[in-house]
Amino acid sequence: MTAMPAARPRSPAVGYWIGFAVVVGLLVVAPLVLPPFWQRFATEILIWGLLAMSSDILIGYTGMVSFGHSAFFGLGMYGAAAALLTVKPPSLGLAVLYGLVAAGGAAVFVAYFATRLRDIYFAISTLVFSQIFYVIIFTWTEVTGGENGLTFGQPRLSLLGLGSDRFTPTTFHWFVLAVVLISYLLVRRITQSPFGQVLQSIRENEPRTRAIGYHVERYKIVAVMLSGLFAGLAGVLYAFQNKFAAPDFVFFVVSGEVVIFNVMGGMGTLVGPFAGAAFFLLLREGLSRFLTEYYLIPLGIIFVIMIIFLPQGLLGFLRRRLNA
Amino acid sequence: MDQILVQTLHGLVNGMVLAMVASGLTLIFGIMDIVNFAHGDLLMLGAFVGASVLGVTGNYWLALLGAALVIAALGAVLQVTTLRPLIGRDPLTTILATFGISLVIQKYALWQWGPSVRRISEPVPGDFTLFHLQYPWYRIATAVLAGLILGGLWLFLKYGKYGIWIRATTQDRLMAQAMGIPVPLVYTAVFAIGSAMAAASGVLFGPFAGVTQTMGFDFTLRAFIVVVVGGMGNLGGSILASIFVSLLESYAAIVVSPAQAVIVSFVVLVLTMLFRPTGLFVPTPK
Repeated sequence: MTAMPAARPRSPAVGYWIGFAVVVGLLVVAPLVLPPFWQRFATEILIWGLLAMSSDILIGYTGMVSFGHSAFFGLGMYGAAAALLTVKPPSLGLAVLYGLVAAGGAAVFVAYFATRLRDIYFAISTLVFSQIFYVIIFTWTEVTGGENGLTFGQPRLSLLGLGSDRFTPTTFHWFVLAVVLISYLLVRRITQSPFGQVLQSIRENEPRTRAIGYHVERYKIVAVMLSGLFAGLAGVLYAFQNKFAAPDFVFFVVSGEVVIFNVMGGMGTLVGPFAGAAFFLLLREGLSRFLTEYYLIPLGIIFVIMIIFLPQGLLGFLRRRLNA
Repeated sequence: MDQILVQTLHGLVNGMVLAMVASGLTLIFGIMDIVNFAHGDLLMLGAFVGASVLGVTGNYWLALLGAALVIAALGAVLQVTTLRPLIGRDPLTTILATFGISLVIQKYALWQWGPSVRRISEPVPGDFTLFHLQYPWYRIATAVLAGLILGGLWLFLKYGKYGIWIRATTQDRLMAQAMGIPVPLVYTAVFAIGSAMAAASGVLFGPFAGVTQTMGFDFTLRAFIVVVVGGMGNLGGSILASIFVSLLESYAAIVVSPAQAVIVSFVVLVLTMLFRPTGLFVPTPK
């Protein structure tokens, strides 16, 4: 782990904002120029990236590896499903609200217990909690649809009562992009706030942070809850895109992929997880063309090699600049 | 009443197999601080190798031995190529690396053996009657065999020359190195032994429910649970914890479905981590 970035004498990195504007510009234009398949692909990268970024709050900034993010993601999906299936007519706002409440509730529960543990014990306990949710969702067939999951229609786009319109793939992409951008800027602001600084000092030296007088457990609980909320938001978006919720998304494999995105892209950068998700999904797309489901064999090997030789991830070298 | 008796037997038998799985995991953790996420997948791979050897030779004992040797060799190779470079880094990186390995192993098994369930035939035929319920002998034989293997491991660690090397490395790796113990070699050997234990338990478990390429994760999770409940790196503790957790799950399965009974062990784990983080079956540290 590198030391915390020192305060810079010169004002904000102009380079950072130029880069930011270029990437956002590209993402806005993407659905207009890409063929339908890749358009959907770009939207998906944004959603998985948002999920991975939520986990980065814990992995990269607080130094806690969560192996249970599938729980928050999945509960976000099921929460949205509940709103879309029970409330007539389906409402976008309510779906987001239900999803966030479900994910947030789960996050409070997990945070309360898991944050008392450290390092691998934290990782194992988050994994176990996500499996508890998985077993409940998988076996409670009457409510959750069990193995088959739930299918529902897409809500209509309506913002603050200003008319309502069907989502086209293009407007949906823009909607996701807007949500992701707001989330990113929010999380970035949080990590730079005094609260975020405390999280980073927990990562660097927990006993010392405690000795200074910070209530470390409380900070960790809030961090897990924040992370869970954003993961739930990603789940809601994913539910909108695919119009179904399935127990597979609560299973451990999703949590594992989230960690992979973070490691590949670069932990502690917030942008890295998006890059990691893009890298992973592109590789998967390319490899599964001729390897079908065995794509994980070369991908797993690449992952292990990256852990050994590139522990900072793809964007790790930009870490200081991205947090400036 | 009958049911309780049968479930007790069930729990004890499952507990013995689980104890074997967990012993490999706890050995690796205790000595190398590595949480081996690929443990269950090594078990699965061992079970497949065992099933293949059994298919060729028809001899169960040869299958057991063959699987253990092949997976031990694989474990040694994995340790040298991926885990040795990570020594001295954050222990969390080893979780990630072994997680990557587990993905590769799982898909390799799918590629090699396909998605269908493989049967390993029962080594000991016949049932016996317990009150008026049939119980197969091979399960009892499996439990006894697991007990013997665990006993052998314990004797080796306690009295064997290399066992003493291993325990010395656990206690103080710097001092062990200074005394001339080849610590890197001990690491590789321990990982190989742990892998062999996983493979052997895979073959032992094979006749219970068949072998599939997705069985690994379930075992990894269970082994984690009992290793934490029994105290990380504590062999005796994890054996007791395996039996304890398996018995609880068996009893819970009387009331709810087996799929839901798993939650009982999750709850035991969480309670243990909250109130006795050093493990249930170890003396309270001073």
